[in-house]
Amino acid sequence: MIAIIDYDAGNLTSVERALRSLGADCAISRDPESIAQASRVILPGVGRAGAGMASLRRLGLDRVLADTVAQGKPFLGICFGTQIIFDYSEEDLTDCLGLMPGKVVRFPVDHRDQAGEPLKVPHMGWNGVDWKKSHPVFAGIPEEAEFYFVHSYYLQPASDEWVAGTTEYGFPFTSAVARGSLVAVQFHPEKSGRPGLKLLENFLAWDGKEGGDAL
Amino acid sequence: MLSKRIIPCLDVRDGKLTKGIKFKGNVDIGDPVDMAEFYYREGADELVFYDITASHEARDIMLDVVRRVAERIFIPFSVGGGLRTVEDMRAVLLAGAEKVSVNSSAVTNPQIIAEGSRQFGAQCVVLGMDVLKVPKSEQIPSGYEMVIHGGRKHMGIDALWWAQEAERLGAGEICLNSIDADGTQQGYEMELTAMISSHVSIPVIASGGAGEPQHLADVLTGGKADAALIASMTHYGHFSVAEIKDYLSERGIRVRKYW
Repeated sequence: MIAIIDYDAGNLTSVERALRSLGADCAISRDPESIAQASRVILPGVGRAGAGMASLRRLGLDRVLADTVAQGKPFLGICFGTQIIFDYSEEDLTDCLGLMPGKVVRFPVDHRDQAGEPLKVPHMGWNGVDWKKSHPVFAGIPEEAEFYFVHSYYLQPASDEWVAGTTEYGFPFTSAVARGSLVAVQFHPEKSGRPGLKLLENFLAWDGKEGGDAL
Repeated sequence: MLSKRIIPCLDVRDGKLTKGIKFKGNVDIGDPVDMAEFYYREGADELVFYDITASHEARDIMLDVVRRVAERIFIPFSVGGGLRTVEDMRAVLLAGAEKVSVNSSAVTNPQIIAEGSRQFGAQCVVLGMDVLKVPKSEQIPSGYEMVIHGGRKHMGIDALWWAQEAERLGAGEICLNSIDADGTQQGYEMELTAMISSHVSIPVIASGGAGEPQHLADVLTGGKADAALIASMTHYGHFSVAEIKDYLSERGIRVRKYW
């Protein structure tokens, strides 16, 4: 069983529906015991760092998620669920789960592209990923595939070692990370059409062992 | 770089698809769930459903449409029309929509934007704006006025002011519809779109007037739009989404080409 973590962070049903379309046995859960028994865990989410962390702590899920990663169980973070696994987020100045060394910072207020044209924040819509690592979860996804993003904050891992992909928005930012049994993406695979479903399908088949060779 | 989005708009009445010409003479052209799946496979980047019935019974029919769409397509879609309360918004989001769009109800009750944004996140809340060109005046300095009820009721509110106010209240995106251009197929209202888009920091979807691919190229460049809404030009098979994307791509406009 795959546990989709419910911590009041919005729109969990779209992840569930996408997994069901792939024939996966999954359940939305906030129960620490059933999450501890799940074969793999997905931390999705749309929300704010402060409220999200408060919910995770109140539900006792911060420890369960740390155990999941420590046990080497396949773990997938999606969008806000990816931001919250880092050490710290500038959003609400929040100490986060600390499962991935690094922090989460906001796009500049007057964000511009290299030609000086203003860029909207949030970064909303379809964008490409420049893959930096070969990894079982990202296998078989064509170079030209794009994914659906919605976010105003972006990831800054403490080391390039864990950067699995970057995306260009004024500058290249980290849009996918991989470390051991943990994989996390800034975009929404459940809303990214065929390439997104491929990524989820890969995650369902992954044993949690890192591929991790630099491309 | 971020791709420009092409967004087919599906008007739904009593659970069936319609397309209004200047909001009049709607004709049924099919099942919205089938049409949504067709557009998903054809490369649409997102879909908009606009529920043009607002009776209580039709609300449940629409929620059923939303649930069935969410099971079959895996791209974002928004639902608008007749959402008056945060509870209405919640029902649509729980049924599987990514975003909700508020229009008239936000003009008369701006707090619905703030409350929706606070409860569901700004990225969920799209402000729909129906705008009519009027002579510039002290009350309407931009020369564009907010209207509701398909253009029949003038609100005495400046469109530029309202766009900025809605952003301040927490709208995550604006779907900007020109009543003058809507249904004409003569092109988007370029001046209006460029003006609004360059004065807000949230994405702007241009709406109203698309008839041929050149119109999209114009509004996505000079019109400064982040996305373009289309309806008749693809609903009746004159163009496919893929053809439109090829056209834009050949002109150096970045669009999503693999799906």
